[in-house]
Amino acid sequence: MLHTVNKSPFERNSLESCLRLSAAGSAILLFEDAVVGAVTGTNIADKVSAALADREIYVLGPDLAARGLDQSKLIDGIKVVDYGGFVDLSVEKSAVQAWV
Amino acid sequence: MKFTIQVNEGPYQHQTADSAYQFTKAALEKGHEIFRVFFYHDGVNNATRLGLPPQDDRNITNLWAELAEKHELDLVVCVAAAQRRGLLDENEASRNGKDAHNIHPAFRISGLGQLIEGGIQADRLVVFGD
Repeated sequence: MLHTVNKSPFERNSLESCLRLSAAGSAILLFEDAVVGAVTGTNIADKVSAALADREIYVLGPDLAARGLDQSKLIDGIKVVDYGGFVDLSVEKSAVQAWV
Repeated sequence: MKFTIQVNEGPYQHQTADSAYQFTKAALEKGHEIFRVFFYHDGVNNATRLGLPPQDDRNITNLWAELAEKHELDLVVCVAAAQRRGLLDENEASRNGKDAHNIHPAFRISGLGQLIEGGIQADRLVVFGD
């Protein structure tokens, strides 16, 4: 399963819910304002890091760049994809669940 | 692979109409098929042909329409969501006694059954919402 999250974890609790409820082995893509959840030094960074133990986490590069966030500030283990990579993930995983 | 895309948010609101468009474009560039794009809730506002964004801004309705023309996409607007928000095609306008209509010809009005069919016929249903 690919989970997509598009809202900032400081605005909504969708990322927190997704981290809590997604199954081991699933993938999570952070895009739009949710990309702020992928950087180090925030209140949610520890929860994101912990999820990386048994889930893949991706962040959409163009949305990160649009917000002036540098890839060097990403939490270790988070991978950057572009829209093509987003498409590939939705093909590789069995279904796509949007946490809107 | 076959995709159906669901768009629940209007253009120029947050970013989701743009994200859905970029995803659809990327999927087509990779050779995938888009079975249908279904516009629901405020997403129906993507279909107005009367929008006039500033010249240096993107025109999201036209971007959808151009992509649809190039790839023969089926852009479907939910009829109930559209009528609530004053989005009408010529047919609906005359049927309801309205003096104007505003749906871009690249889009067509239909019902929720089209979303269900899209979910069944496609390998993946990808939802973009607010």
